[in-house]
Amino acid sequence: MADPMRIRAVSKDGIVNVKVLMSHEMETGQRKDGSGKIVPAHFIQNVTATHNGKTVLSAQWGPAVSKNPFLEFNFKGGQKGERIAVTWTDNKGDKRTDEAAIN
Amino acid sequence: MNALQRMAGALALAALAGGVYAQSAVDEIAKYRQQLQDGNPAELWEARGEDLWKQKRGPKNASLEACDLGKGPGVVKGAYALMPRYFADADRVMDLETRLVHCMVTLQGFSQADAVKQPFGSGSRRSNFEALAAWVTSESKGSPMNVSLSHPKMKESYQIGEKMFFFRGGPHDFACATCHSESGKRIRLQDLPNLTEKADAQRGYTTWPAYRVSQGELRSFQWRLYDCFRQQRFPELKFTSEGSIALTTFLARNAAGGTFNAPAIKR
Amino acid sequence: MDRNRREVMKAGGGAALFAVLAAAGLIRPGEALANGWNKAAFEGKTMPEALKALGAANPANSTDITMKAPDIAENGAVVPVGVESKIAGTESIAIFVDKNPSPLAASFDIPSGTEPSVTTRVKMGQTSDVYAVVKANGKFFIAKKEIKVTLGGCGG
Repeated sequence: MADPMRIRAVSKDGIVNVKVLMSHEMETGQRKDGSGKIVPAHFIQNVTATHNGKTVLSAQWGPAVSKNPFLEFNFKGGQKGERIAVTWTDNKGDKRTDEAAIN
Repeated sequence: MNALQRMAGALALAALAGGVYAQSAVDEIAKYRQQLQDGNPAELWEARGEDLWKQKRGPKNASLEACDLGKGPGVVKGAYALMPRYFADADRVMDLETRLVHCMVTLQGFSQADAVKQPFGSGSRRSNFEALAAWVTSESKGSPMNVSLSHPKMKESYQIGEKMFFFRGGPHDFACATCHSESGKRIRLQDLPNLTEKADAQRGYTTWPAYRVSQGELRSFQWRLYDCFRQQRFPELKFTSEGSIALTTFLARNAAGGTFNAPAIKR
Repeated sequence: MDRNRREVMKAGGGAALFAVLAAAGLIRPGEALANGWNKAAFEGKTMPEALKALGAANPANSTDITMKAPDIAENGAVVPVGVESKIAGTESIAIFVDKNPSPLAASFDIPSGTEPSVTTRVKMGQTSDVYAVVKANGKFFIAKKEIKVTLGGCGG
Protein backbone atom coordinates (compact mmCIF):
# COMPACT_ATOMS: atom_id res chain seq x y z
CA MET A 1 0.00 0.00 0.00
CA ALA A 2 1.19 3.46 -0.75
CA ASP A 3 2.64 5.64 1.97
CA PRO A 4 0.51 8.37 3.54
CA MET A 5 0.51 11.83 2.03
CA ARG A 6 1.87 14.82 3.88
CA ILE A 7 -0.81 17.47 3.95
CA ARG A 8 -0.33 20.94 5.40
CA ALA A 9 -3.31 23.26 5.53
CA VAL A 10 -2.83 26.68 7.09
CA SER A 11 -5.55 29.30 7.43
CA LYS A 12 -4.62 32.97 7.18
CA ASP A 13 -6.92 35.96 6.57
CA GLY A 14 -9.79 33.68 5.54
CA ILE A 15 -7.72 31.79 2.96
CA VAL A 16 -6.53 28.25 3.50
CA ASN A 17 -3.17 27.42 1.92
CA VAL A 18 -2.84 23.71 1.19
CA LYS A 19 0.40 21.91 0.41
CA VAL A 20 0.42 18.21 -0.37
CA LEU A 21 3.28 15.78 -0.90
CA MET A 22 2.40 12.35 -2.26
CA SER A 23 4.52 9.24 -2.29
CA HIS A 24 4.36 7.88 -5.84
CA GLU A 25 6.78 6.62 -8.48
CA MET A 26 5.12 8.50 -11.36
CA GLU A 27 6.65 6.14 -13.92
CA THR A 28 6.43 7.55 -17.42
CA GLY A 29 6.28 4.23 -19.23
CA GLN A 30 9.23 5.40 -21.35
CA ARG A 31 12.07 4.29 -19.12
CA LYS A 32 13.91 0.99 -19.48
CA ASP A 33 15.10 -1.08 -16.54
CA GLY A 34 18.54 -2.71 -16.16
CA SER A 35 17.55 -5.60 -18.43
CA GLY A 36 16.34 -3.29 -21.20
CA LYS A 37 12.64 -3.86 -20.56
CA ILE A 38 10.29 -0.88 -20.53
CA VAL A 39 9.14 -0.06 -17.01
CA PRO A 40 5.34 0.12 -17.32
CA ALA A 41 3.70 3.50 -16.82
CA HIS A 42 2.47 3.98 -13.27
CA PHE A 43 1.24 7.40 -12.34
CA ILE A 44 -1.45 9.30 -10.48
CA GLN A 45 -4.26 10.29 -12.82
CA ASN A 46 -6.74 11.99 -10.54
CA VAL A 47 -6.44 14.09 -7.41
CA THR A 48 -9.38 15.48 -5.47
CA ALA A 49 -9.29 17.69 -2.41
CA THR A 50 -12.44 18.17 -0.34
CA HIS A 51 -13.40 20.37 2.58
CA ASN A 52 -16.68 19.68 4.43
CA GLY A 53 -17.72 17.39 1.61
CA LYS A 54 -17.22 20.11 -1.02
CA THR A 55 -14.57 19.67 -3.69
CA VAL A 56 -12.03 22.48 -3.40
CA LEU A 57 -9.72 21.22 -6.14
CA SER A 58 -9.72 18.41 -8.65
CA ALA A 59 -6.89 17.61 -10.96
CA GLN A 60 -6.00 15.27 -13.79
CA TRP A 61 -2.35 14.40 -14.12
CA GLY A 62 -0.21 12.72 -16.71
CA PRO A 63 3.11 10.92 -16.16
CA ALA A 64 5.00 14.22 -16.60
CA VAL A 65 4.18 15.25 -13.04
CA SER A 66 7.36 14.69 -11.01
CA LYS A 67 7.99 11.65 -8.83
CA ASN A 68 6.72 12.13 -5.27
CA PRO A 69 4.38 14.87 -6.46
CA PHE A 70 3.91 18.25 -4.81
CA LEU A 71 0.73 20.29 -5.08
CA GLU A 72 -0.13 23.69 -3.64
CA PHE A 73 -3.39 25.63 -3.85
CA ASN A 74 -5.54 28.06 -1.84
CA PHE A 75 -9.25 28.14 -1.06
CA LYS A 76 -11.63 30.37 0.87
CA GLY A 77 -13.94 29.44 3.71
CA GLY A 78 -11.97 26.90 5.74
CA GLN A 79 -11.79 27.35 9.51
CA LYS A 80 -9.01 26.28 11.83
CA GLY A 81 -9.63 22.79 13.19
CA GLU A 82 -11.78 21.71 10.24
CA ARG A 83 -10.45 18.94 8.10
CA ILE A 84 -9.52 18.64 4.52
CA ALA A 85 -9.18 15.34 2.67
CA VAL A 86 -7.11 14.55 -0.40
CA THR A 87 -7.58 11.47 -2.58
CA TRP A 88 -5.46 10.26 -5.46
CA THR A 89 -6.14 7.46 -7.92
CA ASP A 90 -3.50 6.06 -10.23
CA ASN A 91 -3.63 4.31 -13.60
CA LYS A 92 -3.48 0.87 -11.96
CA GLY A 93 -6.54 1.67 -9.89
CA ASP A 94 -4.61 2.11 -6.65
CA LYS A 95 -6.08 4.77 -4.47
CA ARG A 96 -5.22 6.60 -1.30
CA THR A 97 -7.02 9.15 0.88
CA ASP A 98 -5.51 11.16 3.71
CA GLU A 99 -6.84 13.92 5.91
CA ALA A 100 -5.36 16.82 7.81
CA ALA A 101 -6.69 19.48 10.16
CA ILE A 102 -6.50 23.12 9.11
CA ASN A 103 -4.07 25.02 11.32
CA MET B 1 34.86 31.03 -9.51
CA ASN B 2 32.34 28.35 -8.70
CA ALA B 3 30.58 26.07 -11.13
CA LEU B 4 27.41 28.09 -11.21
CA GLN B 5 29.28 31.21 -12.13
CA ARG B 6 31.19 29.34 -14.82
CA MET B 7 28.00 27.97 -16.23
CA ALA B 8 26.42 31.38 -16.01
CA GLY B 9 29.32 32.65 -18.07
CA ALA B 10 28.73 30.06 -20.74
CA LEU B 11 25.01 30.68 -20.83
CA ALA B 12 25.54 34.42 -20.90
CA LEU B 13 27.83 34.13 -23.94
CA ALA B 14 25.12 32.18 -25.67
CA ALA B 15 22.45 34.60 -24.62
CA LEU B 16 24.13 37.99 -24.98
CA ALA B 17 22.18 38.69 -28.12
CA GLY B 18 18.99 38.22 -26.14
CA GLY B 19 20.17 40.72 -23.58
CA VAL B 20 20.47 38.20 -20.74
CA TYR B 21 23.12 38.99 -18.19
CA ALA B 22 25.54 36.52 -16.64
CA GLN B 23 24.24 37.12 -13.15
CA SER B 24 20.74 36.13 -14.16
CA ALA B 25 21.73 32.48 -14.76
CA VAL B 26 23.18 32.26 -11.26
CA ASP B 27 20.10 33.95 -9.87
CA GLU B 28 17.75 31.69 -11.79
CA ILE B 29 19.37 28.48 -10.59
CA ALA B 30 19.32 29.89 -7.07
CA LYS B 31 15.63 30.66 -7.63
CA TYR B 32 15.08 27.11 -8.88
CA ARG B 33 16.69 25.68 -5.74
CA GLN B 34 14.72 28.10 -3.56
CA GLN B 35 11.41 27.08 -5.12
CA LEU B 36 12.08 23.46 -4.23
CA GLN B 37 12.76 24.14 -0.54
CA ASP B 38 9.09 24.42 0.28
CA GLY B 39 7.59 20.96 0.04
CA ASN B 40 10.64 18.73 0.27
CA PRO B 41 9.65 15.10 -0.48
CA ALA B 42 12.14 14.16 2.28
CA GLU B 43 9.12 14.71 4.54
CA LEU B 44 7.65 11.48 3.19
CA TRP B 45 10.72 9.64 4.49
CA GLU B 46 10.59 11.53 7.78
CA ALA B 47 7.01 10.40 8.30
CA ARG B 48 7.86 6.78 7.53
CA GLY B 49 10.89 6.98 9.82
CA GLU B 50 8.83 8.28 12.72
CA ASP B 51 6.37 5.41 12.21
CA LEU B 52 9.23 2.91 12.13
CA TRP B 53 10.66 4.36 15.34
CA LYS B 54 7.32 3.89 17.13
CA GLN B 55 6.32 0.59 15.55
CA LYS B 56 6.74 -2.64 17.53
CA ARG B 57 8.98 -4.79 15.36
CA GLY B 58 11.41 -7.70 15.50
CA PRO B 59 11.47 -10.94 17.51
CA LYS B 60 10.97 -9.00 20.76
CA ASN B 61 8.06 -7.04 19.32
CA ALA B 62 9.47 -3.78 20.66
CA SER B 63 9.66 -0.26 19.30
CA LEU B 64 12.80 1.87 19.14
CA GLU B 65 11.27 4.37 21.55
CA ALA B 66 13.61 3.24 24.33
CA CYS B 67 16.66 3.60 22.08
CA ASP B 68 19.30 5.87 23.61
CA LEU B 69 20.90 8.04 20.94
CA GLY B 70 23.14 9.61 23.57
CA LYS B 71 20.79 12.02 25.28
CA GLY B 72 18.89 9.34 27.19
CA PRO B 73 16.41 6.63 26.15
CA GLY B 74 13.94 7.91 23.60
CA VAL B 75 15.41 11.44 23.37
CA VAL B 76 15.67 12.23 19.68
CA LYS B 77 15.56 16.01 19.71
CA GLY B 78 19.04 17.37 19.03
CA ALA B 79 20.68 13.94 19.31
CA TYR B 80 22.05 13.78 15.78
CA ALA B 81 24.01 17.05 16.12
CA LEU B 82 26.11 15.33 18.81
CA MET B 83 26.80 12.16 16.83
CA PRO B 84 29.00 10.19 16.30
CA ARG B 85 29.69 9.86 20.02
CA TYR B 86 31.14 7.45 22.54
CA PHE B 87 28.55 5.09 24.05
CA ALA B 88 29.62 3.61 27.37
CA ASP B 89 27.09 0.74 27.17
CA ALA B 90 28.81 -0.55 24.06
CA ASP B 91 32.25 0.87 24.93
CA ARG B 92 32.72 2.21 21.44
CA VAL B 93 32.13 5.15 19.15
CA MET B 94 28.93 4.89 17.13
CA ASP B 95 27.38 6.96 14.40
CA LEU B 96 23.60 7.18 14.03
CA GLU B 97 23.22 4.09 11.86
CA THR B 98 25.49 1.97 14.04
CA ARG B 99 23.50 3.03 17.09
CA LEU B 100 20.23 2.19 15.34
CA VAL B 101 21.59 -1.27 14.55
CA HIS B 102 22.62 -1.62 18.20
CA CYS B 103 19.08 -0.76 19.31
CA MET B 104 17.50 -3.05 16.71
CA VAL B 105 19.62 -5.90 18.09
CA THR B 106 19.33 -5.18 21.82
CA LEU B 107 15.76 -3.84 21.98
CA GLN B 108 14.00 -5.48 19.08
CA GLY B 109 15.92 -8.74 19.01
CA PHE B 110 17.01 -8.64 15.38
CA SER B 111 20.21 -10.49 14.51
CA GLN B 112 23.09 -8.23 13.52
CA ALA B 113 22.93 -9.64 9.98
CA ASP B 114 19.20 -8.99 9.65
CA ALA B 115 19.52 -5.51 11.14
CA VAL B 116 22.08 -4.23 8.62
CA LYS B 117 20.19 -5.49 5.56
CA GLN B 118 19.25 -2.85 3.00
CA PRO B 119 21.19 0.16 4.24
CA PHE B 120 20.13 2.13 1.16
CA GLY B 121 16.90 2.14 -0.79
CA SER B 122 16.49 1.48 -4.46
CA GLY B 123 13.10 1.83 -6.12
CA SER B 124 10.61 -0.47 -4.46
CA ARG B 125 13.28 -1.97 -2.17
CA ARG B 126 13.13 0.69 0.48
CA SER B 127 15.58 1.20 3.29
CA ASN B 128 14.40 1.56 6.85
CA PHE B 129 17.70 3.24 7.66
CA GLU B 130 17.15 6.07 5.22
CA ALA B 131 13.68 6.63 6.65
CA LEU B 132 14.89 6.48 10.26
CA ALA B 133 17.84 8.75 9.43
CA ALA B 134 15.45 11.21 7.79
CA TRP B 135 13.31 11.37 10.89
CA VAL B 136 16.07 11.39 13.52
CA THR B 137 18.08 14.04 11.68
CA SER B 138 14.97 16.19 11.15
CA GLU B 139 14.74 16.39 14.94
CA SER B 140 18.13 18.13 14.97
CA LYS B 141 17.20 20.76 12.41
CA GLY B 142 18.40 24.11 13.75
CA SER B 143 20.76 22.57 16.32
CA PRO B 144 24.43 23.56 16.27
CA MET B 145 26.79 20.73 15.33
CA ASN B 146 28.71 19.85 18.46
CA VAL B 147 30.54 16.53 18.22
CA SER B 148 32.88 16.25 21.19
CA LEU B 149 36.33 14.67 21.01
CA SER B 150 36.83 14.71 24.78
CA HIS B 151 36.66 10.90 25.06
CA PRO B 152 39.93 9.22 23.96
CA LYS B 153 38.04 6.82 21.69
CA MET B 154 36.45 9.78 19.92
CA LYS B 155 39.85 11.35 19.44
CA GLU B 156 41.14 8.06 18.04
CA SER B 157 38.14 7.71 15.73
CA TYR B 158 38.69 11.27 14.46
CA GLN B 159 42.34 10.56 13.74
CA ILE B 160 41.54 7.38 11.83
CA GLY B 161 38.91 9.30 9.86
CA GLU B 162 41.39 12.03 9.05
CA LYS B 163 43.91 9.48 7.84
CA MET B 164 41.26 7.83 5.65
CA PHE B 165 40.25 11.17 4.18
CA PHE B 166 43.76 11.81 2.92
CA PHE B 167 44.64 8.16 2.15
CA ARG B 168 45.35 7.61 -1.52
CA GLY B 169 44.58 4.24 -3.03
CA GLY B 170 42.56 2.25 -5.53
CA PRO B 171 43.12 1.95 -9.28
CA HIS B 172 42.97 5.74 -9.70
CA ASP B 173 45.34 6.51 -6.81
CA PHE B 174 42.51 8.59 -5.37
CA ALA B 175 41.65 10.00 -1.96
CA CYS B 176 38.62 11.84 -0.60
CA ALA B 177 41.01 14.78 -0.47
CA THR B 178 41.63 14.60 -4.22
CA CYS B 179 38.20 16.13 -4.76
CA HIS B 180 37.52 17.75 -1.42
CA SER B 181 40.59 19.62 -0.22
CA GLU B 182 40.72 22.52 -2.66
CA SER B 183 38.25 25.35 -3.11
CA GLY B 184 36.50 25.96 -6.43
CA LYS B 185 36.65 22.39 -7.73
CA ARG B 186 33.78 20.76 -9.52
CA ILE B 187 32.74 17.61 -11.37
CA ARG B 188 30.91 18.67 -14.53
CA LEU B 189 28.55 21.33 -13.20
CA GLN B 190 28.59 20.22 -9.58
CA ASP B 191 30.47 22.25 -7.03
CA LEU B 192 32.65 20.14 -4.78
CA PRO B 193 32.88 21.31 -1.19
CA ASN B 194 36.37 21.83 0.19
CA LEU B 195 35.93 19.76 3.33
CA THR B 196 39.19 20.99 4.84
CA GLU B 197 37.73 24.48 4.99
CA LYS B 198 35.32 25.30 7.82
CA ALA B 199 32.42 26.91 5.97
CA ASP B 200 32.32 24.21 3.27
CA ALA B 201 32.74 21.43 5.83
CA GLN B 202 29.77 22.80 7.75
CA ARG B 203 27.64 23.33 4.66
CA GLY B 204 28.51 19.88 3.35
CA TYR B 205 27.80 17.92 6.49
CA THR B 206 24.72 19.83 7.68
CA THR B 207 22.82 19.29 4.40
CA TRP B 208 22.74 15.48 4.50
CA PRO B 209 20.47 13.50 4.42
CA ALA B 210 18.98 15.03 1.30
CA TYR B 211 16.23 14.28 -1.16
CA ARG B 212 18.09 13.84 -4.43
CA VAL B 213 15.96 15.28 -7.17
CA SER B 214 17.99 13.37 -9.77
CA GLN B 215 17.22 10.03 -8.09
CA GLY B 216 13.85 10.70 -6.51
CA GLU B 217 15.25 9.16 -3.34
CA LEU B 218 16.21 10.36 0.09
CA ARG B 219 19.92 9.75 0.58
CA SER B 220 21.60 9.51 3.96
CA PHE B 221 25.07 10.75 4.84
CA GLN B 222 26.15 7.11 4.94
CA TRP B 223 24.99 6.75 1.35
CA ARG B 224 27.06 9.83 0.45
CA LEU B 225 30.19 8.20 1.86
CA TYR B 226 29.37 4.83 0.30
CA ASP B 227 28.89 6.39 -3.13
CA CYS B 228 32.04 8.53 -2.85
CA PHE B 229 33.95 5.29 -2.25
CA ARG B 230 32.35 3.74 -5.30
CA GLN B 231 33.20 6.80 -7.39
CA GLN B 232 36.82 6.58 -6.24
CA ARG B 233 36.84 2.89 -7.24
CA PHE B 234 37.66 2.01 -3.66
CA PRO B 235 36.52 -1.26 -2.11
CA GLU B 236 32.96 -1.02 -0.79
CA LEU B 237 32.70 1.05 2.37
CA LYS B 238 31.08 -1.41 4.72
CA PHE B 239 27.96 -0.06 6.40
CA THR B 240 28.53 0.59 10.14
CA SER B 241 32.19 -0.48 9.91
CA GLU B 242 34.88 1.15 12.07
CA GLY B 243 36.20 2.95 9.02
CA SER B 244 32.80 4.27 8.07
CA ILE B 245 32.23 5.53 11.61
CA ALA B 246 35.70 7.11 11.76
CA LEU B 247 35.24 9.00 8.51
CA THR B 248 31.87 10.20 9.75
CA THR B 249 33.43 11.34 13.03
CA PHE B 250 36.11 13.31 11.15
CA LEU B 251 33.59 15.06 8.90
CA ALA B 252 30.97 15.65 11.61
CA ARG B 253 33.57 17.15 13.95
CA ASN B 254 34.85 19.44 11.19
CA ALA B 255 31.31 20.78 10.86
CA ALA B 256 31.28 21.88 14.52
CA GLY B 257 29.49 25.16 15.03
CA GLY B 258 27.48 24.85 11.82
CA THR B 259 23.71 24.78 12.13
CA PHE B 260 22.26 21.43 11.17
CA ASN B 261 19.87 21.96 8.30
CA ALA B 262 18.74 18.63 6.91
CA PRO B 263 16.98 16.70 5.48
CA ALA B 264 17.70 19.01 2.60
CA ILE B 265 16.86 18.85 -1.09
CA LYS B 266 19.60 18.70 -3.70
CA ARG B 267 19.81 18.46 -7.45
CA MET C 1 -9.00 -8.47 -8.33
CA ASP C 2 -6.01 -6.22 -8.09
CA ARG C 3 -3.66 -8.70 -9.65
CA ASN C 4 -6.19 -9.40 -12.32
CA ARG C 5 -6.35 -5.72 -13.11
CA ARG C 6 -2.57 -5.47 -13.36
CA GLU C 7 -2.41 -8.47 -15.68
CA VAL C 8 -4.87 -6.75 -17.92
CA MET C 9 -2.80 -3.57 -17.79
CA LYS C 10 0.15 -5.50 -19.13
CA ALA C 11 -1.95 -6.74 -22.01
CA GLY C 12 -2.22 -3.28 -23.45
CA GLY C 13 -3.32 0.26 -22.89
CA GLY C 14 -5.62 2.80 -24.35
CA ALA C 15 -9.00 2.30 -25.85
CA ALA C 16 -8.30 -1.36 -26.44
CA LEU C 17 -7.64 -1.81 -22.75
CA PHE C 18 -10.82 0.00 -21.87
CA ALA C 19 -12.77 -2.29 -24.19
CA VAL C 20 -11.10 -5.35 -22.66
CA LEU C 21 -11.87 -4.21 -19.13
CA ALA C 22 -15.41 -3.35 -20.03
CA ALA C 23 -15.90 -6.68 -21.81
CA ALA C 24 -14.46 -8.53 -18.83
CA GLY C 25 -16.93 -6.71 -16.62
CA LEU C 26 -14.08 -5.28 -14.56
CA ILE C 27 -15.37 -1.80 -15.16
CA ARG C 28 -18.63 -0.50 -16.46
CA PRO C 29 -18.50 1.71 -19.51
CA GLY C 30 -18.73 5.27 -18.25
CA GLU C 31 -17.07 4.47 -14.95
CA ALA C 32 -13.58 5.33 -16.12
CA LEU C 33 -14.92 8.35 -17.93
CA ALA C 34 -16.84 9.47 -14.88
CA ASN C 35 -13.55 9.26 -13.08
CA GLY C 36 -12.54 11.99 -15.50
CA TRP C 37 -9.18 11.45 -17.10
CA ASN C 38 -8.88 12.97 -20.53
CA LYS C 39 -6.89 10.24 -22.23
CA ALA C 40 -6.87 11.86 -25.65
CA ALA C 41 -5.50 15.11 -24.21
CA PHE C 42 -2.81 13.43 -22.12
CA GLU C 43 -1.74 11.16 -24.94
CA GLY C 44 -1.74 13.88 -27.61
CA LYS C 45 1.76 14.04 -29.07
CA THR C 46 1.72 17.72 -30.02
CA MET C 47 0.39 20.91 -28.47
CA PRO C 48 -2.33 21.30 -31.15
CA GLU C 49 -3.46 17.68 -30.61
CA ALA C 50 -3.56 18.04 -26.85
CA LEU C 51 -5.29 21.43 -27.00
CA LYS C 52 -7.87 20.08 -29.40
CA ALA C 53 -8.61 17.16 -27.08
CA LEU C 54 -9.19 19.66 -24.29
CA GLY C 55 -11.57 21.60 -26.52
CA ALA C 56 -9.12 24.50 -26.47
CA ALA C 57 -8.03 24.54 -30.10
CA ASN C 58 -7.42 28.28 -30.45
CA PRO C 59 -6.64 29.85 -27.08
CA ALA C 60 -6.13 33.62 -26.99
CA ASN C 61 -2.86 35.02 -25.68
CA SER C 62 -3.31 36.58 -22.27
CA THR C 63 -1.15 38.75 -20.05
CA ASP C 64 -3.45 38.01 -17.12
CA ILE C 65 -1.85 34.62 -16.60
CA THR C 66 1.29 34.62 -14.45
CA MET C 67 3.69 31.69 -14.50
CA LYS C 68 5.97 31.27 -11.54
CA ALA C 69 8.85 29.09 -12.65
CA PRO C 70 12.60 29.45 -12.87
CA ASP C 71 14.19 30.48 -16.19
CA ILE C 72 16.67 27.66 -15.69
CA ALA C 73 16.02 24.28 -14.05
CA GLU C 74 19.05 22.50 -12.67
CA ASN C 75 17.35 19.15 -13.15
CA GLY C 76 14.49 18.43 -15.52
CA ALA C 77 13.13 15.67 -13.29
CA VAL C 78 11.67 18.27 -10.96
CA VAL C 79 10.71 21.66 -12.36
CA PRO C 80 8.49 23.81 -10.14
CA VAL C 81 5.68 25.51 -12.07
CA GLY C 82 3.09 27.79 -10.54
CA VAL C 83 0.24 29.31 -12.55
CA GLU C 84 -1.96 32.17 -11.41
CA SER C 85 -4.84 33.50 -13.44
CA LYS C 86 -6.31 36.96 -13.00
CA ILE C 87 -9.00 36.24 -15.57
CA ALA C 88 -12.46 36.52 -13.99
CA GLY C 89 -14.40 33.27 -13.98
CA THR C 90 -11.37 30.99 -14.25
CA GLU C 91 -12.64 27.40 -14.29
CA SER C 92 -9.53 25.40 -15.06
CA ILE C 93 -5.76 25.67 -15.44
CA ALA C 94 -3.64 23.28 -17.52
CA ILE C 95 0.14 23.03 -17.81
CA PHE C 96 1.85 21.91 -21.02
CA VAL C 97 5.51 21.21 -21.76
CA ASP C 98 5.79 21.70 -25.51
CA LYS C 99 8.75 19.38 -26.14
CA ASN C 100 7.74 16.49 -23.89
CA PRO C 101 6.61 13.30 -25.68
CA SER C 102 3.08 14.21 -24.57
CA PRO C 103 2.85 17.93 -23.85
CA LEU C 104 -0.08 17.99 -21.39
CA ALA C 105 1.35 17.51 -17.88
CA ALA C 106 -1.51 18.44 -15.58
CA SER C 107 -4.92 20.01 -15.57
CA PHE C 108 -6.72 21.49 -12.57
CA ASP C 109 -10.42 22.27 -12.15
CA ILE C 110 -10.94 25.34 -10.01
CA PRO C 111 -14.32 25.37 -8.23
CA SER C 112 -15.71 28.71 -7.03
CA GLY C 113 -14.14 29.62 -3.71
CA THR C 114 -10.76 28.22 -4.77
CA GLU C 115 -8.19 30.73 -5.95
CA PRO C 116 -7.19 30.40 -9.60
CA SER C 117 -3.61 29.63 -8.60
CA VAL C 118 -1.88 26.24 -8.43
CA THR C 119 1.69 25.06 -8.07
CA THR C 120 3.12 21.66 -8.91
CA ARG C 121 6.34 20.17 -10.29
CA VAL C 122 6.77 18.65 -13.70
CA LYS C 123 9.34 16.65 -15.65
CA MET C 124 10.98 18.20 -18.67
CA GLY C 125 13.00 16.12 -21.12
CA GLN C 126 14.80 19.18 -22.48
CA THR C 127 14.67 22.97 -22.69
CA SER C 128 11.17 23.87 -23.80
CA ASP C 129 8.38 26.40 -23.82
CA VAL C 130 5.99 25.70 -20.98
CA TYR C 131 2.41 26.81 -21.49
CA ALA C 132 -0.39 27.62 -19.10
CA VAL C 133 -3.86 27.31 -20.58
CA VAL C 134 -6.76 28.81 -18.66
CA LYS C 135 -10.42 28.23 -19.27
CA ALA C 136 -12.63 31.10 -18.11
CA ASN C 137 -16.33 31.53 -18.88
CA GLY C 138 -16.03 28.85 -21.52
CA LYS C 139 -13.18 30.61 -23.34
CA PHE C 140 -9.53 29.56 -23.46
CA PHE C 141 -6.47 31.72 -22.83
CA ILE C 142 -2.78 30.90 -23.02
CA ALA C 143 0.56 32.17 -21.74
CA LYS C 144 4.05 30.76 -22.13
CA LYS C 145 7.46 30.79 -20.55
CA GLU C 146 10.64 29.18 -21.76
CA ILE C 147 12.43 27.05 -19.19
CA LYS C 148 16.00 25.99 -19.86
CA VAL C 149 16.96 22.58 -18.54
CA THR C 150 20.59 21.79 -17.79
CA LEU C 151 19.89 18.09 -17.24
CA GLY C 152 16.93 16.30 -18.82
CA GLY C 153 14.45 14.65 -16.50
CA CYS C 154 12.81 11.95 -18.53
CA GLY C 155 13.65 8.30 -18.42
CA GLY C 156 15.00 8.59 -14.91
